Amino acid sequence: MIDVQNVTKTFTLHNQGGTVIPVMQGASLSVAAGECVGLVGQSGAGKSTLMRMIWGNYLAASGSIMVAGVDVAKAAPREIIALRRSTMGYVSQFLRVVPRVPTIDVVAEPLDTPDAHEQAGALLTRLRIPERLWGLSPTTFSGGEQQRVNIARGFIAPRPVLLLDEPTASLDAANRETVIALIEEAKAAGSAIIGIFHDEGARDRVCDRVIDVTRFA
Amino acid sequence: MQPLLQVQNIRKTYGARIGCTDVSFDLYPGEVMGIVGESGSGKSTLLSCLAGHAQPDTGAVIFDGRDTVTMAEPERRMLARTDWAYVHQNPRDGLRMGVSAGGNVGERLMAVGARNYGTIRDTATDWLGRVEINADRIDDRPSQFSGGMQQRLQIARNLVTGPRLVFMDEPTGGLDVSVQARLLDLLRGLVRRMGLSAIIVTHDLAVVRLLADRLMVMKGGHVVEQGLTDQVLDDPQHAYTQLLVSSVLQV
Repeated sequence: MIDVQNVTKTFTLHNQGGTVIPVMQGASLSVAAGECVGLVGQSGAGKSTLMRMIWGNYLAASGSIMVAGVDVAKAAPREIIALRRSTMGYVSQFLRVVPRVPTIDVVAEPLDTPDAHEQAGALLTRLRIPERLWGLSPTTFSGGEQQRVNIARGFIAPRPVLLLDEPTASLDAANRETVIALIEEAKAAGSAIIGIFHDEGARDRVCDRVIDVTRFA
Repeated sequence: MQPLLQVQNIRKTYGARIGCTDVSFDLYPGEVMGIVGESGSGKSTLLSCLAGHAQPDTGAVIFDGRDTVTMAEPERRMLARTDWAYVHQNPRDGLRMGVSAGGNVGERLMAVGARNYGTIRDTATDWLGRVEINADRIDDRPSQFSGGMQQRLQIARNLVTGPRLVFMDEPTGGLDVSVQARLLDLLRGLVRRMGLSAIIVTHDLAVVRLLADRLMVMKGGHVVEQGLTDQVLDDPQHAYTQLLVSSVLQV
């Protein structure tokens, strides 16, 4: 489902003396449907960079990144957008939304069905976001609440490919269990998942194998 | 899928000065493209050339298979009333200030052949509602509206005929931040629901991040970089884009 081959990434800082920072070379990995792979390595090793390249947010300098038959490294913007709308989901560490849009709408948005709001409500309940907050914009929420809104938005629509950046960070034990259950359900439904977990307990429970990205440095 | 708009090698000069040059891109149905750059970068000149408000020196703007640069004026005007819409930065440029709000929306409908008063008024009322203007303001003139309301009225006037391509020049330009957010949310919803294609010129990177699927960065009349919006903003490749992105003040 995901097949990364020989990906290279450098950052060139044109306004800081043209400094070139090589961050990755020869990165290769593949993830099958129903499999969860954890990316490990210390801070700055390139875990998030690799994940962002798969999402199409960072441009790969060379190599190929096949996701469900589309080479994200070379695809046109509209192909990547189509991939993100129907195939690939991403739970980032930060929630980015239009101000004043109610939480329930933020969560329901990826789902294009008549019962989207009901499903969004059910998922928010599962993640313990009280109903009185659903009509408010998540921009005013606490960090942990925003994280859970982000997770709800990421998991509401079934996605064959899921990218998870620290999904259990800053969550209490009960919510952490819920997120682990959501990941296990997505795996059982056949999603190919790549995750970054500093939470080793969670990583050991959901990941079938881990890849140390420091070997791509 | 066929592109809705094909822009080929557009160049516009003012004497020896370059307005914009070497601009080419394809826009597909449902796609929203942002154009950013500093004042004088050529983004507004480009928009004028695309929308038929200015004549480019060279190049073609092909809409639905027809070159709008070489087509006859009446044909281009028909396009501007039907398949195209243009949202000006200053609502006064896009509204008729002496005509009621309902009249402003109705006028565009009549321009495409609507004749039944009741239907026109009902459609106008419906559109005022969609842009969050209370129905009891339908007979008020835009001059009695706030800036944000005027801008929403201009959007209603433009979208009522169901255009396929909307040009927007700094649509949130002169508005308070609180009003901007509301307008952005509204625009985003309308664009998504109606499946519109849009070209939005702005200098506000936050606006393009929320509205545009793809982004074009201009400097000195040239396109220096283009791509997926979040990719261009988060991993800019060109020196100028890097400068632009790193210059935004954090709130």
